[in-house]
Amino acid sequence: MFSSFRFNWLLSTAALAPQICVVGSGPAGFYTAQHLLKHHRLARVDIYEKLPVPFGLVRFGVAPDHPEVKNVINTFTQTAHSDRCAYYGNVTIGKDVMVKELQRAYHAVVLSYGAEDNRILGIPGENLSGVYSARAFVGWYNGLPENRDLKPDLSSETAVVLGQGNVALDVARVLLSPLDILRKTDITEGSLAAIACSKVKRVWLVGRRGPLQVAFTIKELREMINLPGTRPLLDPADFTGLGDVIKDIPRPRKRLTELMIKSAREKPGEKEAALWASATKEWGLKFQRSPLEVLPATDGKQARGIRMAVTRLEGSGESARAVPTGEVEELECGLILSSIGYRSLPLDSSIPFDPKLGIIPNSLGRVQGAPGLYCSGWVKRGPTGVIITTMNDSFDTAQSVLEDLQTGVLNLSNSKEGFKSVRSILHSRGVHPVTFSDWEKIDAAEVARGKLAGKPREKIVDPQEMLQLISH
Amino acid sequence: LNLILSMAQLALTSCNLFDSSADRVTVHFINRDGERLTATAKEGESLLEVVVNQNLSIDGFGACEGTLACSTCHLIFEEDVFQKLDAITDEELDMLDLAYGLTDTSRLGCQVCVKKAMDGLTVQVPAEVADMRRELEVGKQSK
Repeated sequence: MFSSFRFNWLLSTAALAPQICVVGSGPAGFYTAQHLLKHHRLARVDIYEKLPVPFGLVRFGVAPDHPEVKNVINTFTQTAHSDRCAYYGNVTIGKDVMVKELQRAYHAVVLSYGAEDNRILGIPGENLSGVYSARAFVGWYNGLPENRDLKPDLSSETAVVLGQGNVALDVARVLLSPLDILRKTDITEGSLAAIACSKVKRVWLVGRRGPLQVAFTIKELREMINLPGTRPLLDPADFTGLGDVIKDIPRPRKRLTELMIKSAREKPGEKEAALWASATKEWGLKFQRSPLEVLPATDGKQARGIRMAVTRLEGSGESARAVPTGEVEELECGLILSSIGYRSLPLDSSIPFDPKLGIIPNSLGRVQGAPGLYCSGWVKRGPTGVIITTMNDSFDTAQSVLEDLQTGVLNLSNSKEGFKSVRSILHSRGVHPVTFSDWEKIDAAEVARGKLAGKPREKIVDPQEMLQLISH
Repeated sequence: LNLILSMAQLALTSCNLFDSSADRVTVHFINRDGERLTATAKEGESLLEVVVNQNLSIDGFGACEGTLACSTCHLIFEEDVFQKLDAITDEELDMLDLAYGLTDTSRLGCQVCVKKAMDGLTVQVPAEVADMRRELEVGKQSK
């Protein structure tokens, strides 16, 4: 497939080495870079990241008690160590350097900057104290610098999570996990201390639709059902008749629903019954409830509960719609976490962006109306899916870049300077990029501090401290 | 790279003519682009370990490094071989359920260990959903 390219390579010099840059160092950025480097012998790929530290949601999104999912960091590290790859942290595209300047410096620019915001509920009381986005809560316990001062109020017994995806399960699990488990993870010291004083004993995951529309997956549900010290509160009535409905549906949805039905309707085995009898915390699923208003306490500032519309379903399966019945219900709670989806933001006014879909308009990763500009990951597809979804998507975008290099859509006879010109721009603006070996110093410091506390690492949450560590 | 791999395998095999070949098993992986990658595996190795140890060029294979936290080592087996594999656990099924292009003879490579009886085994690396769309697109372009 690339035989014509190899012929060119034999004839010419390194003047034909494509200069490519990737904006964002999470899974999308790294998998796109990895695929480009593997399938093109000469391409140079520079990865830019606004934080000093790399890896995006692998570091800041994946739950502390899911360390195996973070193993991808090893393959990303290998990619960063390639002599045709460079990492530049502490560089904010759209502020320190503009996309147009990157396009002058590189043959291709790939936008992989993900979704840094969240969807809002758009209901009264959303800004009361005690209401947070799950995104901010996850950022808080995972050491994302912008969320380190969240100080969530964990003083009420009941918490409500709006949403029934894997993020909703993550936050419920972190709220209810035994401390003995949490303290051995890379959860931040500050959030662990706060959780140790938490009064939260009960977490409801509330969804607008029914059991057949839950967005979480079976491994995470199983983990929740088996969470030590907790018991599940599942209403058997919610699962009436479902056994017949799921007989012929695809296996993944079928097994997931069967597990919920079993936990709700079957008598627990001896061991389970004993565990649940001694449980001090509980969690449950509430279906067909759509949030209408967060209710204030008498001081008018603090959340004390949530009013919800009771819904019925129109249609079935993934496309079922929740329609209000007119009935209303209230649930008492002092902590509300809205887990209704992440959301991407436009990076730079020069980049096309669809505010309704929250993505960069593209075709197979080629940004529409912007030759030389590509996108991968959540900013391309929307903020759903696990790492493998993003991996495949990133390989796809990389493939589009490779095709465009092969067919000449990306014109390599225009030589580009790559980081050389970006370096002088950054220097003139007083911006000091953090290299991958700088990150490795920060990494080593975090691991060393973690060792003292019996944790895989103690994350540094202050970017200034990170920069001081590497003497910037 | 393939030439180097097959020369290395030839060297290995010729060594084994004089050693006991009891623990060497030949496995073929049909890659996404149809290319056949042949490896010599040790009995007891998982198919993920075979790919990693033999440095086979399969993009993104084994992201979670064999810890049942992803489905990137998804492989498709021939029906008769599939039936003879060790029983699948709930934990493997949970992750397999998230794999692209799931078939009735799919397993995760990190959970399937090579046995002597598997000598000559051929497994298919599944095409990803996105791949199929891309193939259609390229077909439309003039080459």
